[in-house]
Amino acid sequence: MGQRFHGRFSPTDIVMWLIGGGLIFLAIWGAIATLSAGVYSARHWIDFVIFGLAQGSIYALIATGYTMVYGVLRMINFAHSEVFMSGPYTAYFVAAAFYRSGFLDAHPIVSLLFIFIVSMAISTGIAFALERVAYRPLRNAPRLVPLITAIGASFFLQYTFRGLYGSGFQAYPVFKMLEGHWTILGIRILRFQLVVILAAVLLMLALYSFVMRTRIGKAIRAVSEDKEASALMGIDVDKMISMTFVIGGAAAGAAGVLYAVMFKQVHFFMGFIPGIKAFTAAVLGGIGNIPGAMLGGIFLGLMESIGPSLFLDGLGIVAPYQLKDAIAFTMLVLVLIFRPTGILGERLAVKKA
Amino acid sequence: MKRTFALVLALTFVIGIAVFASNAQAADPLGDVKIKKDEPIHIAYWFVVAGPDASLGEDTKRGVEIAVDDKGGKILGHPIKLSGQDTGCNAEGGQAAATKLASDPTIVAAIGSNCSSEAKPGVPILWKAGIATVSPSNTAPYLTDPKRGPEYDGYLRTAHNDKVQGAVAAQFAFKKLGVKKAATIHDGSVYAEQLQAVFAEEFKKLGGTITSQEAVAPTDTDMRPVLTKIATGKPEFIYYPIFIAAAGHITRQVKEVTGLEKTNLMSADGAFSPDFYKAAGETAVGMFHSSPDFSAFAGGYKDFLAKHQKKYGEKPIAPFHAHAYDAATMVFAAIEKVAVKGKDGSLTIGRKALRDALYATKGLKGLTGTLNCDKFGDCADPRIAVYQQTAENIKKLENPQVPFWKPY
Repeated sequence: MGQRFHGRFSPTDIVMWLIGGGLIFLAIWGAIATLSAGVYSARHWIDFVIFGLAQGSIYALIATGYTMVYGVLRMINFAHSEVFMSGPYTAYFVAAAFYRSGFLDAHPIVSLLFIFIVSMAISTGIAFALERVAYRPLRNAPRLVPLITAIGASFFLQYTFRGLYGSGFQAYPVFKMLEGHWTILGIRILRFQLVVILAAVLLMLALYSFVMRTRIGKAIRAVSEDKEASALMGIDVDKMISMTFVIGGAAAGAAGVLYAVMFKQVHFFMGFIPGIKAFTAAVLGGIGNIPGAMLGGIFLGLMESIGPSLFLDGLGIVAPYQLKDAIAFTMLVLVLIFRPTGILGERLAVKKA
Repeated sequence: MKRTFALVLALTFVIGIAVFASNAQAADPLGDVKIKKDEPIHIAYWFVVAGPDASLGEDTKRGVEIAVDDKGGKILGHPIKLSGQDTGCNAEGGQAAATKLASDPTIVAAIGSNCSSEAKPGVPILWKAGIATVSPSNTAPYLTDPKRGPEYDGYLRTAHNDKVQGAVAAQFAFKKLGVKKAATIHDGSVYAEQLQAVFAEEFKKLGGTITSQEAVAPTDTDMRPVLTKIATGKPEFIYYPIFIAAAGHITRQVKEVTGLEKTNLMSADGAFSPDFYKAAGETAVGMFHSSPDFSAFAGGYKDFLAKHQKKYGEKPIAPFHAHAYDAATMVFAAIEKVAVKGKDGSLTIGRKALRDALYATKGLKGLTGTLNCDKFGDCADPRIAVYQQTAENIKKLENPQVPFWKPY
């Protein structure tokens, strides 16, 4: 019995669990202290949740791109953050032209749709070309090679866009229709946040049913299970891998417009931080798993918004929002200690990697 | 074998004598820069010329370029060569830029940096290489503090010290606006952190209450949660002396947070730029900025503006162009003072001598006022005013011209 126990849990495991337990204890202690201090009213907490959901749904959309590519190729596409940047940055020029001509204020829905289409088209194109030029020739190379290539591609795209559009930033025009707030069931919610959350949920549902319900989706899932066997079954593996990049790129392009609606500023380096966060979200949810990535994104967004106030304020930490990234990454550490495969992750590590 | 040994021995001797000779020649303890006949005098700038804060660096770069033009492009018959490095408005960028400059032995003096975070790691690297630097826009008190340490001995600035700017902002809020409760936000940079601390201290001294002192990261985009936290303290005034990108996000998002719809907003010189009006849009209307008082600048400033308009086709895009002009003027004057002309038309400039000459600057008439350097390198004659943003100047993407309030 003792032997078996010893075999199953190494000393490292025990240390990790102690660290994890300590962090959880600190979090609970901080939360209790904050709540008993009573500085925040229920309305503040609802605001935090809504802000977190809006930010999290953008992370979730980007994270699906990371997770799908990992699912089929077992590689992390670090250039995905540039795929995310390329769409909204290009679509800015469309938005600015609409704004100058007055079309944006006259037909806000049409112009928003058009901005979405442009952004998604550019991001999709970049993702498709990226796979074709940078990753396909390395399909059979050792796993480290495409990873390094991805980092190189990321820099290449960043500086290409810097060369194209300049090193400064641009600011999206204001969509008057989305300014102000609605009150739903006594809860005050900013209009564009509701739109961002709804749009993200719709897109994620569409993406999920595409992967689960259509023939192409089925083929993509088959390729991610076993490339050789699906090739033998008559599936065009190269085409399916391209398809994966196309879907991930479209999701990133859409996420980019939602980001621009929420934050207005776009520049060549804008993809870096959301990209890192979305990658974290994908790992948090269990990389390779689409619902996991979505869940991870929303969880991360919520933690960034609520976490500093809930956990750190009660511990008497000054200026807690400086540490919101630390909270996000601590969550990642906690999940990886107690569930190394992520929240919804399968045991990929043993089976395929 | 024997012959090789003899050769090595001979070579060692030759090199040894050469080294000894050159050492004996160098009168300056930090070494000399030798400029041969018709060779250029190399002056380097280290400014933030890329990224969201590029307007700050571009503005100061233009100030230096106009100073070079006014000098006729020559000092003591040698052409001026201007080169530069981007600093990124962060510590890493400042360190990288300073390291690149320090590795170039032809550089006589440097002008920079823009953001105080860049100067903190960068200045010691430059000074180790014997390069003195004059900053047109670092304002953090630390850089000229008596406790800053000898590695900052090569540092001077023509910008104001934030001990002045923070106090002006606090007096404006308390006396002019009559607010009693204020909150501050900084971004972890040396500049913002120290400036809001000076503001908070002065505001409390005047009798006000600081409800909270929050911080964000310069790359943060979602400010609504931190603003919600600030709203729990019900401040009447928020002071966020940070840089363009983050200040733009805060300005846009503050009105969306329950309880902060009517709060007064104030930022500082780091975000006093048309790029900020682009970032914040119409939401910036009515907010305040502290900045150098352009109306108090010397008579030459009008000429400068005319040259600027002619050369770049627009008005200055940030507050520190005139300080940069003055920094360059100071460097030129110091070089003229210490450079020793050789018979063959060469120039020898001692690095320590140049630094001492810069520190000895007294009564130099610049655009920003009369420059008098104290023993820690503060050379400015600071006049800080408060400006208010109007719908008009934001639409035109121009800085307001007339101060809203002056402390003097």
